[in-house]
Amino acid sequence: MSGMKIRGRAWKFGDDVNTDLIIPGKYLELTDPREMARHAMEGVDPAFSERIGSGDIIVAGRNFGLGSSREHAPLALKHAGAGAVVAESFARIFYRNAINIGLPAIECRGVAAAVDEGDTLEIDPASGSVENISKGTRLVSTPLPGFMVDVLSEGGLAPYLRRHIEEWLR
Amino acid sequence: MTISEKILARASGREEVQAGEIVKARVDVAMMPDLTAILSFNAMREMGRDHVWDRHRVVLVLDHVSPASTLNAARVHREARRIAEEQRIEHFYDVNAGVCHQVLAEKGHVKPGTLVVGADSHTCTHGALGAFATGVGSTDMGAVLATGRIWLKVPETIRVAVDGTLSGHVTPKDVVLHVIGEVGADGATYDAVEFSGGTIEAMSTSGRMTLCNMAVEMGAKTGIVEPDEETLAYLRGRAEGPLEAVRNDADAEFKEVRPFDVGGLEPQVACPDTVDNVKPVSRVEGTPVDQVFIGSCTNGRMEDLEAAAAVLRGRHVHPDVRLLVVPASREVYMDAMNAGLLRVFAEAGGLVCNPSCGACFGGHIGILAPGEAGLATSNRNFRGRQGSPEAEVYLASPATAAASAVEGVITDPRGLR
Repeated sequence: MSGMKIRGRAWKFGDDVNTDLIIPGKYLELTDPREMARHAMEGVDPAFSERIGSGDIIVAGRNFGLGSSREHAPLALKHAGAGAVVAESFARIFYRNAINIGLPAIECRGVAAAVDEGDTLEIDPASGSVENISKGTRLVSTPLPGFMVDVLSEGGLAPYLRRHIEEWLR
Repeated sequence: MTISEKILARASGREEVQAGEIVKARVDVAMMPDLTAILSFNAMREMGRDHVWDRHRVVLVLDHVSPASTLNAARVHREARRIAEEQRIEHFYDVNAGVCHQVLAEKGHVKPGTLVVGADSHTCTHGALGAFATGVGSTDMGAVLATGRIWLKVPETIRVAVDGTLSGHVTPKDVVLHVIGEVGADGATYDAVEFSGGTIEAMSTSGRMTLCNMAVEMGAKTGIVEPDEETLAYLRGRAEGPLEAVRNDADAEFKEVRPFDVGGLEPQVACPDTVDNVKPVSRVEGTPVDQVFIGSCTNGRMEDLEAAAAVLRGRHVHPDVRLLVVPASREVYMDAMNAGLLRVFAEAGGLVCNPSCGACFGGHIGILAPGEAGLATSNRNFRGRQGSPEAEVYLASPATAAASAVEGVITDPRGLR
């Protein structure tokens, strides 16, 4: 899984960033992820979707993604360009949804204090390594379970199941 | 084993499972509301399947933007109707049915001991009927539609043990807000929260639904109540076939037991912008409100409307306040009409709106402007939840909501003149 390393600039957010902040309810009528992407993080920073670059990394505090089951939230982030989300902790539905759509979600204690906005990070979801290239520091989180690494490396649960559905049904 | 472990053991074809294990479980009921359904069916197709695994186990409810208030919503509904027909979905409810969780329960789709997944985070409501019920995203739902299966980590259970008799105008909503204030918005992440104790045993199914509905606001995977005679009485005439109450084994292991004595509890209010920012009403009394919303899957049932009507009968809504009353379903709407409650709300100056999720999540029906404050009986008060990010949302019980609508400021219903 060494091919799954993600390198990008950090965008920092605080604790309890909920799904209404990530994408407000009025956009739930959208079904095209590219349209959702235009409203990524709109509740916190309406210009965010224009500022984030491809492969950039969202760094947040505790309980990221609490609230709704809307998959619009990780989809908006992914299609706005986010390469990964690293947080002190995640709300469970957001966490599942992120992995399921192929957006690496890494739970990493201490990351909020170890990273400043704009730092360049390199993340390896398979080993749990979160390296701050700008500061020359490295944190190690709990590696993702093998099943989730497999799902991520195939681009999400849909492409994964397309290949492995018979095995899944056994 | 706990109730959750027993249900997940059965669903995964095992004699026994333990908290922490990952199981692949067979789903009994898969429910989708309008706004997540299209993505779910798209995911199913991406997985290489053109048809749902079992059209009798899929429930589709058009409820979040009902009737459609924008062109996009109208397109989503048109597509959902097309899919329902194409897939021959047996249980399709159009915009006249009501909020999905209320419809799911009252139409008998949920039975004790079953595994229910829904593409809406408040699916945990159905733990009130002794099911293991949890909210999932559209891709997980797509996998369920394609295969009837889902992977789940068996949760540990936090037992919330509630004792004491609730005094007048203090309701299940006040109990659950108090619990969330103590446990915190991420205090039960990944866990099941079981509500038990004398207060719960004496509580109606409607009240238990209010409790379980808000389990997700503590991060929980589900809320659950041990099914009892009350549960079976609620389900008789609704659910078909045999009903089996799955209960905890005597030696079930809990992560934690948290006792609460609610005998002297006063009405509670969750203040902006987090659901765990809970205060007794006496600490926020006098805060002005522009809009009061009574309804939702949390508090839009007959018992809730009766509590609000008891306060509003013979009184008037304050001239500076818009009162929106949204019965949770067509059945509730009809019952409230037959009981004369809708007349009470209309005479008091309230607006009785059609069953929908709109007012709860800022979709439609009563959007808040910048600088306004709303008080709602629903389940989330996040910034921007009910309209402008510069509006504030308070959460409270139907009785507190009604009293606040009369006074124009947050008001303890027990002290209303």
